[in-house]
Amino acid sequence: MQKLMLLGDEAIALGAIDSGMSAIYAYPGTPSTEITEYVAHSREAKEKNILASWSTNEKTAMEAALGMSYAGKRTMVCMKHVGLNVAADPFINASITGANGGMIVVAADDPSMHSSQNEQDSRFYGKFAMIPVLEPTNQQECYDMVSYAFDLSEKYSIPVMMRITTRMAHSRAGVVRKPAREQNSIKLPVNLIQYVLLPGNARKQYKKLLGNQQSFFDESAASPFNKYFDGTDKSLGIITSGIAYNYLMENFQDNKLNFPVLKISQYPMPRPFVEKLISECKEILVLEEGYPMIEESLRGFLNNGIRIKGRMDGTLVFEGELNPTKVAAALGIPVPQIANIPEVVTNRPPALCSGCPHIDSYLALNQALDKYAKGLVFSDIGCYTIGALKPFESINSCVDMGASITMAKGAADAGLSPAVAVIGDGTFTHSGMTGLLDCVKHKSNVTVIILDNKTTAMTGGQPSHGDGHLFDIVKGLGVEEEHIRIFKPIRKNHDENYRIIEEELNYKGVSVIIPTRECIVETNKRMREKFK
Amino acid sequence: MKEDIILAGVGGQGILSIAAVIGSAALEIGMYMKQSEVHGMSQRGGDVMSNLRIADHEIFSDLIPCGKADLIISVEPMEALRHLPMLSHDGWLITNSTPFKNTLDYPDVDKIMATLEKIPNHIVIDADKIAKDLGSTMSANMVILGAACPFLDNVCLDIENGIRNIFGRKGEKVIKSNMDALKAGREYTTALLKKQTIKI
Repeated sequence: MQKLMLLGDEAIALGAIDSGMSAIYAYPGTPSTEITEYVAHSREAKEKNILASWSTNEKTAMEAALGMSYAGKRTMVCMKHVGLNVAADPFINASITGANGGMIVVAADDPSMHSSQNEQDSRFYGKFAMIPVLEPTNQQECYDMVSYAFDLSEKYSIPVMMRITTRMAHSRAGVVRKPAREQNSIKLPVNLIQYVLLPGNARKQYKKLLGNQQSFFDESAASPFNKYFDGTDKSLGIITSGIAYNYLMENFQDNKLNFPVLKISQYPMPRPFVEKLISECKEILVLEEGYPMIEESLRGFLNNGIRIKGRMDGTLVFEGELNPTKVAAALGIPVPQIANIPEVVTNRPPALCSGCPHIDSYLALNQALDKYAKGLVFSDIGCYTIGALKPFESINSCVDMGASITMAKGAADAGLSPAVAVIGDGTFTHSGMTGLLDCVKHKSNVTVIILDNKTTAMTGGQPSHGDGHLFDIVKGLGVEEEHIRIFKPIRKNHDENYRIIEEELNYKGVSVIIPTRECIVETNKRMREKFK
Repeated sequence: MKEDIILAGVGGQGILSIAAVIGSAALEIGMYMKQSEVHGMSQRGGDVMSNLRIADHEIFSDLIPCGKADLIISVEPMEALRHLPMLSHDGWLITNSTPFKNTLDYPDVDKIMATLEKIPNHIVIDADKIAKDLGSTMSANMVILGAACPFLDNVCLDIENGIRNIFGRKGEKVIKSNMDALKAGREYTTALLKKQTIKI
């Protein structure tokens, strides 16, 4: 059987293509981006007419997927963990409406914050929504779980979550394909009030969800992805979730593992297995990538008298991703003495590319702000967040998508002047427009700089939804035309550019400045294509 | 039989191409392989690394345990040192000597070289210069891979074949310049080991 070398992300995408998916929706975000990228670039997906759609944000993606499911077709929606915060409203309510065509929500978590602002654990969202959650252990499971998840989703008319973490998303291994399934045809829900969450109907739908909980437990107990491996040494029982299983097994390549192991890859937790392990073993070690969700629920508020080791008692450090070495230490397995990083090594933080338009924008902004005290610039999430670091040190915040504009508004309301927001074009259309409307409505004294590089650069150049009509959007939101200023951020225009910023900093109202120049990576990409 | 490799460098230096070539060669002979890589923010000129694992048996962890890597292959000298805690006691470190200075406080290059010299098993090669002399500055990463080739022989990989697989679509010219770079790197290491009468 031919094996394909696929990232976990790509295995999920291929699994979806082979499982009769009709559309995938997403907003790009590390480590989830490559799922939708794979479908978007797949010739097979094109031949099968599968829609791969980059949405304006995760909420619009989730809602579009729910509509696709309403129409009876199979759909997937993908996002990074913090993206699920943005999509939380439709996500939670979709568990009440239920699904019609199979619907899978993929949340890619980033423990250790390789490319994120926190390490929240999406399994809690799944539990919150009371829906089944699948957590693959390897690339083959990524592929196999998708068709299983679609079937499960359609069996119970419920969205199903797949939760992965960075190392699963961005690691390659061999994957074997299975025969493909046809797509569903359009078929509306039998009950046409199913999706109407008026209180009277929402209560009925909620009861239906509650009524399905026992079935979800039963499905987990019978799941091919949850496995119980018995062992002779009952002094310790081990529970693993997702890729933590790999780190455990890595430590038993040369010596036999005699402890019973419960590998969990489907939630709610498989109750019979958990009961067996706890009743038979003296101590339980929980290895899970992310927050101690399993550990906390087993421990209970009163600790229940069961001896449990994990992240909460310090057997494993609470934060950060696991690895084979941490797991070895938790098991008391000796680890090799390792060299330290030599002192001569210095940090190499990410940097703006040579020729990046943001460099020129920050140089102009810094000069315009030179006469003011420091600490006046709220910013956002994208390549330009690197502007917080040396040599620019231009920005003072990065919290969540769109927060720059609304934080600047709040600070302006408090009397800070000037209050500046720096936001990228993609982030602006993702979640900045509503905040700008707030500023316009309240005539706030803010200067908003929308860095328009015509792409979603940080995640690899996905389309930017405001490209070509940012001016019209800003004007349409009610910003006065004479205070919408566009300039080209190049070194030659520096003097002119910083004076434009200076003028707008002096204006006591809403101004929007749009430095416009294509991302240098995208320009180079285009040039390479052209001269190939 | 296994080979655990840390690939190190700076975002954009081509370590993923090295990984792809080795990986393709491994697949060709039916080996198991796992390769974890870094995407996202660090790709913008930050330090990047990839864990590449090849074995004739099932591989569990996508990450190599600390202190158990057989090889560190680095396209930048300081980045080679950053991953030293991953290297096993008898492991080899193969690195480019040309620094990539994109930070304000890049250390004194002599100090980096002196630290590299203290590592028991190391190959330091000026891959940028060799690639330039070959007329192909873009293939410095393949010079480094070539320098690591003698250490990959024990897993019987046909790296040339890997190059053909990965660069095949780009035409004969690109294949040839990568092959030349690979050969020059391999010859450098072979000569060095011979001079020092080291058997690996």
